[in-house]
Amino acid sequence: MTQAEPLVDIRGLNKYFGHNHVLRDIDFSVARGEVVCVIGPSGSGKSTLLRCVNMLETPQSGTVRVNGRELTDPDCDIDAARRQIGMVFQQFNLFPHHNALDNCTLALTTVLKNKREVAERIARENLERVGLADKLDAYPARLSGGQQQRVAIARALSMDPALMLFDEPTSALDPELVGEVLSVMRRLAAEGMTMIVVTHEIAFAREVADRVVFMDGGGIVEQGPPATLLSAPRAARTRDFLKRVLVPVAD
Amino acid sequence: MTTRQSGEAPRRTSPRIRARRIRAVQYALLVAVVVAAGLSADWAQIGRSFFDPGLIRYTVMHGLWLALWNTLVYTAGGFVLGLVAGTLLAMMRLSDVGPYRWLATVYIEFFRGLPALVVFMAFSLLPLAFPGLAMPLPPYGTVWAALGIVGSAYMAETIRAGIQAVPRGQIEAARSLGMSASQAMWRITLPQAFRIMIPPLTNELIMLIKDSSLVFIVGLSAANFDLTKFGRAAANSNVNITPLVVAGLGYLIITLPLSIIVRRMEAAASRGR
Repeated sequence: MTQAEPLVDIRGLNKYFGHNHVLRDIDFSVARGEVVCVIGPSGSGKSTLLRCVNMLETPQSGTVRVNGRELTDPDCDIDAARRQIGMVFQQFNLFPHHNALDNCTLALTTVLKNKREVAERIARENLERVGLADKLDAYPARLSGGQQQRVAIARALSMDPALMLFDEPTSALDPELVGEVLSVMRRLAAEGMTMIVVTHEIAFAREVADRVVFMDGGGIVEQGPPATLLSAPRAARTRDFLKRVLVPVAD
Repeated sequence: MTTRQSGEAPRRTSPRIRARRIRAVQYALLVAVVVAAGLSADWAQIGRSFFDPGLIRYTVMHGLWLALWNTLVYTAGGFVLGLVAGTLLAMMRLSDVGPYRWLATVYIEFFRGLPALVVFMAFSLLPLAFPGLAMPLPPYGTVWAALGIVGSAYMAETIRAGIQAVPRGQIEAARSLGMSASQAMWRITLPQAFRIMIPPLTNELIMLIKDSSLVFIVGLSAANFDLTKFGRAAANSNVNITPLVVAGLGYLIITLPLSIIVRRMEAAASRGR
């Protein structure tokens, strides 16, 4: 796995919000085709780390390389780099003034300058892929949370990205809608998509991830295959966190 | 003084009956005022000098529609100019570039604080300051520019508030798809912001319609009279206020359908959401 150049390579990353040191000297890389789940308590910096991968947050120091491009280089064409990185948000962030199909075609026509017919074909394929072939004309407000998040995944996939980022994709969903989104993500992982998933779904991480990263206090505490990290964590902080997450009702 | 148990004691009158009594008193007062005004008014005089049927007919037949059209043209041009300049100013106010922000702030505060009348006077005297300066399409150029300047200062703040009301996640989603900052602004932020801005922008349009009555300062020939100037001229030459009343009703012919259209637009926009 380590001989080829990693798809994502982050070195010495530091991020501050004011005086708050959110990311401390992070080294982190992801191989092509790898599925990495990032877990950790809220405020641990896991979402910020994810948002640094496509430069939605600008780090104060360190380098971020994705697919051979250095995004932290001031001369980097950040818009071009982002086309290869799909992102799915906790709050879906669908465009409310466009229907499901146009949410997917918009970037295809405006950014990639695809013809309308081509864009629609790609969008339709991807909406079918997430099981929403019958919702092409629906506006986001008419869709359930689970359906909205699937449209958001289809929107990101329409750009044919090399990497998909998921920022707590199921945290805003009603419990009964979590399954449909996770099953789309599971299929995506099986198809070989490179994915970084910030999540609280430990069961999903255990089943789908190639590697689980536990973050706390702005740093990576430990990482490893899910079977090892989730069942036999080495660090005390990881054990504490997992105990709290897996047995939430016990006190 | 009531005791602690008073909360459990039955009230003498129920809230419903009390509300009904209060409303009855309000209606009675309203009727009393209307009746008093009706009894004290000199109806014959009102009929003669405000609603002279012959003069109403004369006013409607001779120039009302042209004046109405002129008012519409003045306002429409001013509104379009104001909207474009206002959008630009709003984006300057939200810019990361300091000088843009300061310039926009100074402009907005200056022209929002100035009476429209003063702007019109300054504009009609502009050729004195810049000899040889001629606004295009007289008198429209001057009128549109003056109305546009006044309107843009108000609209800029409305548009800025509208842009800021669009959630940050929308821009993040657009940028993460590879859209540039300006693509995200024009394709994602502004279309949503304008929906939020429909009601306040309608207010500003209606204010502009009324501000267009200041065009008389520019100095117009009769063919270019707006509603107010037309009404005043006719009222003066007939020594009767009826034409001005008719001209005033002309404004309602514009504003009432406008309100209805906007209400429909709002309903349509909220359905799409």
